[in-house]
Amino acid sequence: MHGDGYDVVVIGAGLVGGAVAYGLARAGQRVAVLDEEDATYRASRGNFGLVWVQGKGVGRPEYALWSRASSERWFELSEALTENGGLAPNYTRPGGVIAALSEEELSALDSMLAGLKRAVGNAGYEYEILDAARVRELLPACGPEVVGGAYSPYDGHANPLKLMRGLHASLAGLGADYLAGARVDAIRPLDGGGFDLRTERGTITGGKVVIAAGHGSKALGAMVGLDVPVHPEHGQIVVTERTAPWLGHPTLGIRQTDEGSMLFGASHEDRGFDTSVLARTSRDIAHRAVRVFPGLASLRVVRTWGALRVMTPDGFPIYAQSRAHPGAFVFTCHSGVTLAANHALEASRWVIDGEIPEGMACFAPDRFDVPQAA
Amino acid sequence: MFRRLPDPTGTIAFDFEGTTFEACEGDSVAAALLANGVLGFRTTPASGAPRGPWCLIGNCHECLVEIDGEPNRQACMVEARAGMQVRRQHGARVIPR
Repeated sequence: MHGDGYDVVVIGAGLVGGAVAYGLARAGQRVAVLDEEDATYRASRGNFGLVWVQGKGVGRPEYALWSRASSERWFELSEALTENGGLAPNYTRPGGVIAALSEEELSALDSMLAGLKRAVGNAGYEYEILDAARVRELLPACGPEVVGGAYSPYDGHANPLKLMRGLHASLAGLGADYLAGARVDAIRPLDGGGFDLRTERGTITGGKVVIAAGHGSKALGAMVGLDVPVHPEHGQIVVTERTAPWLGHPTLGIRQTDEGSMLFGASHEDRGFDTSVLARTSRDIAHRAVRVFPGLASLRVVRTWGALRVMTPDGFPIYAQSRAHPGAFVFTCHSGVTLAANHALEASRWVIDGEIPEGMACFAPDRFDVPQAA
Repeated sequence: MFRRLPDPTGTIAFDFEGTTFEACEGDSVAAALLANGVLGFRTTPASGAPRGPWCLIGNCHECLVEIDGEPNRQACMVEARAGMQVRRQHGARVIPR
């Protein structure tokens, strides 16, 4: 540990904290990453692994463009992690499909994507609405219930566990200090700048502090005058035995991993801080997957898990620096895989610069302060 | 490599890749193959390297074999039966169209 303190202390060693810390360490900052225990509610152990753009940003076109920028930057992130950490997160971007099981679903996709294209204007937004024949060209495994779908060239996927391990291996290789069992109990702003963090492993001093602690960010933000209204949203994933390559494109909710397993997911439930797996949720997830791709019915399920997304009231990320205590940042989102490249290669620079760019001001939590219309 | 403990149960015969093997009643397919000197149960989808049982309690999926035409069965979780047709699992299974 650095006796004279760190340039930046990142609270949270999941995909958000890990990515920001990685970017900081790459830029030569002296970084400490503080983690809790294995039993923590960590969203980063439960990711589905999509790097997804299609349909994101309805009502917030900046989020559509931010997600798309990350899917571009992911190529660089993947290469950098392979070089720094010796572990490829296996990012590929073959384009993603949302399958429609009815004409209603198909026309809803059409109007959603047309609306996004209008909203981003000159930035451009490519997609294709697929008819029954075209969707089968992309995904011959589609069953008879699939009437069409939507395709986006910006969508891809990666191995989220290799991403996590790659970030940590890279951090270690770049000389960042990773401290497990270092839950932060208090953040004390120091006169003249900097922060003392009281942890279970003693006091750690940093010139700046980044709160990227998932569900823990709410309480930590309050210590430095940052409002972080996050709540847990339960998502469940079903994994099958491995098979030979069968799905050439990831779809929203069903994808085949680089290692051959099929993942079904995309449940959204409010269950508080409960990560347990419900059979009926697995059933519903698997039922839809088999309607889309009937061949999946022949596969054995080998694992299921539940994890808690870190959700904001509007579903968009929170990026903010404390006005009361400059140098204290909070970064949180529920798309830790998709946005990992942005966090590593872009958001880390905001911390070094001491400023979040004007164009990202829409992600500050003061957007939640607007009084409800009477 | 493996030697049986004294076992009072009767024996059954099953087929492994065209050869008739004997197993004790109650053996898992994995135990029966190991007792017959088979170590490589499958080859991996990634590199084609041979693999055999590791955990023997249903967790590791290293002991996959084809049983009576059904691919990717966990040999340690299936009881050997008379007349069973067992083959190695070569690489990844294929989903029938």
